[in-house]
Amino acid sequence: MIQAEHLCKNFASVTALADISFSVSEGELFGFIGPDGAGKTTLFRLLATLMRPDSGAATLSGYDVVKDYKQLRLITGYMPGRFSLYHDLTVEENLRFHAAVFGATVEENYELIKDIYSHIEPFKKRLAGRLSGGMKQKLALSCALIHAPTVLLLDEPTTGVDAVSRMEFWQMLKNLQSHGITILVSTPYMDEAGLCDRVALLQDGQILSIDSPARIVARFDKKLWAVQSDDKHMLIERLRSYRPIESVFAFGDSVHITTVNDELDETELVHFLTAQTEEIHITTIKPNIEDCFLRLMRKN
Amino acid sequence: MQQIPVILVRHLVKKFGTFVANDDLTFDVFKGEVFGFLGANGAGKTTAMRILCGLSRPTSGELRVDGLDVHKQAEAIKKRIGYMSQKFSLYKDLTVYENMRLFGGIYGLSLHDLKSRIDQLLGQLDLRKQRDTLIADLPLGWQQKLAFSVAILHHPSIVFLDEPTAGVDPFTRRQFWELIYKAAYEGITVFVTTHYMDEAEYCDRVSIMSEGKIVALDKPAALKKHYGVGSMNEVFLRIARSEEEADSR
Amino acid sequence: MKCFCESQGVRKKQIVDSIQTFGAKTLHRLLAFIHKEFLHIIRDPRTLVILFGIPAAQILIFGYVISMDIREVQIAVVDLSRDTISRQLIHKFDASNYFRVSHMLNSVNEVEKILKSGSVKEVLVFESGFGTRFMREGEAMMGLIVDTSEPNTGRLVASYSEALIADFNRELAMAGRLKIVPAVRMLYNPALQNEYMFVPGLMTLILMLICALMTSITITREKEFGSMEVLLVSPLRPMQIILGKVAPYLLLAFGDVLLILAMANFVFGLPVKGSLMLLLLESVLYIGLALSLGILISTVSKTMQQAMFISLIGLMLPSILLSGFIFPLENMPLFYQIISLILPPRWFIIIVKNIMLKGTGFRFVWKETLVLIVMTAIFISISAKKFKIRLE
Repeated sequence: MIQAEHLCKNFASVTALADISFSVSEGELFGFIGPDGAGKTTLFRLLATLMRPDSGAATLSGYDVVKDYKQLRLITGYMPGRFSLYHDLTVEENLRFHAAVFGATVEENYELIKDIYSHIEPFKKRLAGRLSGGMKQKLALSCALIHAPTVLLLDEPTTGVDAVSRMEFWQMLKNLQSHGITILVSTPYMDEAGLCDRVALLQDGQILSIDSPARIVARFDKKLWAVQSDDKHMLIERLRSYRPIESVFAFGDSVHITTVNDELDETELVHFLTAQTEEIHITTIKPNIEDCFLRLMRKN
Repeated sequence: MQQIPVILVRHLVKKFGTFVANDDLTFDVFKGEVFGFLGANGAGKTTAMRILCGLSRPTSGELRVDGLDVHKQAEAIKKRIGYMSQKFSLYKDLTVYENMRLFGGIYGLSLHDLKSRIDQLLGQLDLRKQRDTLIADLPLGWQQKLAFSVAILHHPSIVFLDEPTAGVDPFTRRQFWELIYKAAYEGITVFVTTHYMDEAEYCDRVSIMSEGKIVALDKPAALKKHYGVGSMNEVFLRIARSEEEADSR
Repeated sequence: MKCFCESQGVRKKQIVDSIQTFGAKTLHRLLAFIHKEFLHIIRDPRTLVILFGIPAAQILIFGYVISMDIREVQIAVVDLSRDTISRQLIHKFDASNYFRVSHMLNSVNEVEKILKSGSVKEVLVFESGFGTRFMREGEAMMGLIVDTSEPNTGRLVASYSEALIADFNRELAMAGRLKIVPAVRMLYNPALQNEYMFVPGLMTLILMLICALMTSITITREKEFGSMEVLLVSPLRPMQIILGKVAPYLLLAFGDVLLILAMANFVFGLPVKGSLMLLLLESVLYIGLALSLGILISTVSKTMQQAMFISLIGLMLPSILLSGFIFPLENMPLFYQIISLILPPRWFIIIVKNIMLKGTGFRFVWKETLVLIVMTAIFISISAKKFKIRLE
């Protein structure tokens, strides 16, 4: 469905994308996970035919993103990072406008957006600027869908949106998959990786890893421990000075550590630490995507 | 941990016309604590934070920030706090040094103090070589760390952070939290507002706001235990759901 | 799975169809786009104020600076005849609300001095023997010397004076067939350089402001808010985006032309002397030109602020200073005169002035029209080239 080969893109002296290749199959929910500045937006703009790659090529549904941009623009639904709704138009006017621009009508594709649009339909006379973040997000998605695209390109759809709306949004994407729509989504939030069929971890314009979330986690090649203590500053300082330690990363209320030889004498460590702090808990844990990301960044 | 309240809020109410943005908030934030102030957009976080920074006046309620009365000593409060927003932090067209000088100067550091503080900070952040680099030319993660350091350059009692690590790469994020922990260790109270629950996991205590009220306030671990879930994200979803049910009743 | 493939096939066919029927759908898309633009304008009352409030206010302000009526205008009299008829007429002037005789002069030599001093606007001159000639020949000449340095007031003073004399003549005519013939002389501005020049001038500037500024802002606004991305990835062609953006302003600017002309006519009694149709057509041409300038500005600016800056400083300021609206071109150094040649307002002002005030036809404005057409063509082709189908 989507094929990208050796995509490169530079802006002046900055490399936004350095040799990106991937493929996405039909009906897949594919995520690009990476921080700001990793190249997510540039990649999505390339795929949305808004920019041309310096080198490399990409096709969507067999159409080339440079040569066949006219045809591509008919079959893709694109939702840019900032929900580009017209704040001075009402919900309904925004939707109708997007439909008309693509030569579609709201009525003929209503079935597709019903699940999403029904949440905001009670407010259809409200100006889009007065909607909450979550409602704007739903409206923007409705607008991107209203011409019944075969591919959806969603650039950071969940940024700046509260937890409840984020969860609802992912549920909606799952439902859209059942309509056979291929969905590409980007996000800076590692915890959203698990919601995709496959993900590409993106950093500095490069793909660190590309696979299903479960397999990425399974490939984590170290043993991982979580250490908990009240005084995190001292805990981290002390852990860094403990010789067998390889990496020390704060993770919420604990600190994740790996050791050079994958072995840890817990009692010895507790003993080493208690000189400074009071209560220490050490547990072996399974890595999550963020652990993997950190590990891959380190390897690079 | 010593329990010295640095922020003391009793029955804070803020109304805009008939709209109640903050409905009877009561809470304390202690010295050296990393306090998470959570809630969805529009829950009233920003309003409350503005009041605590002395940028907006409460309608009623008792508020003390670092022992100062928000009603009477708003200007004095501003000197004792630091602030770092997600959108704007440093002037991108000024160099690292120029930014530090500017913000140090704004907060009334003497030139002598300023010079030694800046030197010390540059050393800490390993930015000596980049002293005369434009902010725009620094990697995003460095900008963020630097912004935080500048926000605490004048050694405030409290530093307010607005979604400090959203969108930052995982590695820089860790470094950033380590800076925060260090500041807290040195006695600076860190007040984090965010609607991104993953950030909440890093705080010592969190409060969750919904529709102008504080609906939960505790350590993340305690909240997770109370709701029997594994993450703050799920805690938030649980709370939102029970709020919704309460509304529909 | 088979069913799924079929639906994909159907969808592909739909795509092909929709490409083929592109022409049929084009109009629909364009209309939807224009509709959206109108909504933007209506939703923001400030836009409407800029569009119609400011032109109306400008016309009124400029218009009322020029006095529209005369009251108690001070006049001087040189009465060398000193007879009943001259005294009656002087009294009639003094008794009217329009004039007040403030100075009695002893000689014609003093006339120029007192007019120059500005203390009176008009001098009535009765030569010696006026009364006797009047009684003997039934007809006598008298002089009206009017200060027309303020053309409008001067003209009003002259015509009111003539009316008073005509009135006086009618009263005399009842008694017999007698007649006073006034000889009017204009001083200081004999050609009556028209102060209604402000109407063509304002029209030119307002249209430039609305079209260039507003279109450049409305296009850059989409860039700034990020909605341009969505428009670009849609099947809308660049030409459609431009047309859709520009069409509402074309209409509104045309509305402004009508508003200005109507106000000039009904408030100030200044009709279009020449062909109204021609004037409207020329206006449409000029609006088109200003709009294409606006588009050009929007292609080179990334933010609304930039667009506004370029429009106001780069376009409006030279237009005001160098179009001949405020400062006469003839008196400018050659350098500025040459610069003014590339300013569209300079040419349009001449066109409007000729058609509206002088009443001349196309024969006298074809050169200026040609200049505008060439300029429009150049601007449109540059902006079409510069308007990007991508974000780069």
